[in-house]
Amino acid sequence: MSRKASDVLVDPLVNNNPIALQILGICSALAVTSKMETSLVMSLAVIAVTACSNLAVSAIRNFIPSSIRIIVQMVVIASLVIVVDQILKAYLFDISKQLSVFVGLIITNCIVMGRAEGFAMKNGAGLSFFDGIGNGLGYGLVLMFVAFFRELFGNGTLFGIEIFQLDRNGGWYNPNNLMLLPPSAFFLIGLMIWLIRVWKPEQIEEA
Amino acid sequence: MKALRDVLDKVHPWFAKGGPLEVAYPMYEALDTFLYTPGEVAEGSTHLRDGIDLKRMMITVVMALVPITLFGMWNVGYQANTAIAAMEDAGQRYTLDWHYTIHQAIGFTNDASNPADNFVLGLIHFLPIYIVCMFVGGHVELVFSVLRGHEINEGFLVTGLLFPLTLPPTIPLWQVAVGIAFGVIVAKEVFGGTGRNFLNVALTSRAFLYFAYAGQISGDKVWTAVDGYSGATALGKMAGAGPAPEGATESAWVYSMVDVADAGNAEAISASLNSTLMNSFLGVIPGSIGETSTLLCMLGAGILIATGIGSWRIMAGVVGGVIGTTLLLNAVGSETNPMFEVPFWWHLAIGGLSFGLVYMATDPVSASMTDKGKWYYGILIGFMTVLIRVVNPAFPEGIMLAVLFGNVFAPLIDYFVVQANVRRRVARYATT
Repeated sequence: MSRKASDVLVDPLVNNNPIALQILGICSALAVTSKMETSLVMSLAVIAVTACSNLAVSAIRNFIPSSIRIIVQMVVIASLVIVVDQILKAYLFDISKQLSVFVGLIITNCIVMGRAEGFAMKNGAGLSFFDGIGNGLGYGLVLMFVAFFRELFGNGTLFGIEIFQLDRNGGWYNPNNLMLLPPSAFFLIGLMIWLIRVWKPEQIEEA
Repeated sequence: MKALRDVLDKVHPWFAKGGPLEVAYPMYEALDTFLYTPGEVAEGSTHLRDGIDLKRMMITVVMALVPITLFGMWNVGYQANTAIAAMEDAGQRYTLDWHYTIHQAIGFTNDASNPADNFVLGLIHFLPIYIVCMFVGGHVELVFSVLRGHEINEGFLVTGLLFPLTLPPTIPLWQVAVGIAFGVIVAKEVFGGTGRNFLNVALTSRAFLYFAYAGQISGDKVWTAVDGYSGATALGKMAGAGPAPEGATESAWVYSMVDVADAGNAEAISASLNSTLMNSFLGVIPGSIGETSTLLCMLGAGILIATGIGSWRIMAGVVGGVIGTTLLLNAVGSETNPMFEVPFWWHLAIGGLSFGLVYMATDPVSASMTDKGKWYYGILIGFMTVLIRVVNPAFPEGIMLAVLFGNVFAPLIDYFVVQANVRRRVARYATT
């Protein structure tokens, strides 16, 4: 239990990525990644929720009766998600509308729950906080990777800025409509896992 | 021929283990075994029933595809030349692209009544698609085979021919390249290469293009290779059938298939309907390059069944599934959807159903393995095809998605068939 803050922060980026290795939180990775902008906001929301819920759960971990710990974690996470949702509605209303239910569904994101149960219940508050940020970043990294390709090839833009001019606007680029459909994120995440495992063969599971 | 053999034998040490070109051994091996029967023989006590291997199997499928390919090329030219004549008569504007520059440079005049003219025009359209497909797909396969030390074999010859046959003649060549690369990588190489794909590679490539670039592979403008000509496939027309005209005596879908001014003239309608059905059966209709002719698909089916390459159980299952589902839908009926009333012989004659059921559904790698499973697998595909055609307004044709759907379920079907057999035998012997 003597892990350093820098370890828990960096480890989930590639070595123990919540999406690429643990295959958690796939739902929202499919749903919100058709644009870079929404992915970025979603990533920030998840980072905030994971970090704060880890902090809060870790702080009260010695007072939570083991039999109802899941419910307590749930209450903490749900409250934080509502806070994030309200902030988005107040300051980023357009994006909040595009993200629709998926901000609310952070409650059910396995990453948040998994870190609270798997890490925050056993570690100190400070370390848990960094672990939350690290896992949120790992999740965000995958989202941004997927969104980069989906927005670029599906729409010819990045963050709404035109990179390839579309043929329907008089340009040369014929957009790949598959990229705008959620299943394309499966292909991209799959290819990304492939790349990561070529780079780090120790992640390959025993067949 | 002896000289060629000698050359191959002479360079063999370079590619053998420890030779300077060791990594390129799959390429050498592919060329050698493509040209000559492998010299290795089995040793010890062997039980050999038939010397068939992957190579002979794949080449047989290619043979079975030859008639349909040749006819497809003729039909592409015939449709285009007919369309040009029709547009000239109507005084419509059309543009002819580089295919026609070559065509006219050779000395042809776009005469639809000249079979050679039609065939060469179709050839000019088909060859670039085929070459791009073989070049890109072949190189993807080559790279993976060399990296992994696998054999390169004729498997890709089949995929590389099937895929162009499922495309419209106007498909942009870069899309052919992207599509086949996607199919070979995602459907085949990712799962371990030849013989390990659980999806049909050619159909995965086509499905990719279908969802990524729908504008160039569906709709009314792509099926005839004349820029500016708009003509739906028979299935497209049927799916888009409006309500029956004034004084109609037949059901609404019939009027999308006939060219008769008087809606009440039963005799003229029946004659026109029969000629459309005959054309669909023979394949003289617009559509993807290789899928229009049901007759030649039946010929191909005959070759595949006679040589034991294609499973007759799967084919019969699909046909049975189509007939059963169609009869069911006919009985159910619908106020708003005329497709419910289409009889099964129309379903079998039009669209890519016959092509898909003969060449795609029977792909031995992605289909069910067990005899009983093949029936279920075929029936499932037939059922889904008709369901997509009739009930889903977004997709006129259903065989592509139905076969992919069947592919996904094939291992599960096999599992249940095997488990059922295990249970039956356990019950028989009462060993537990």
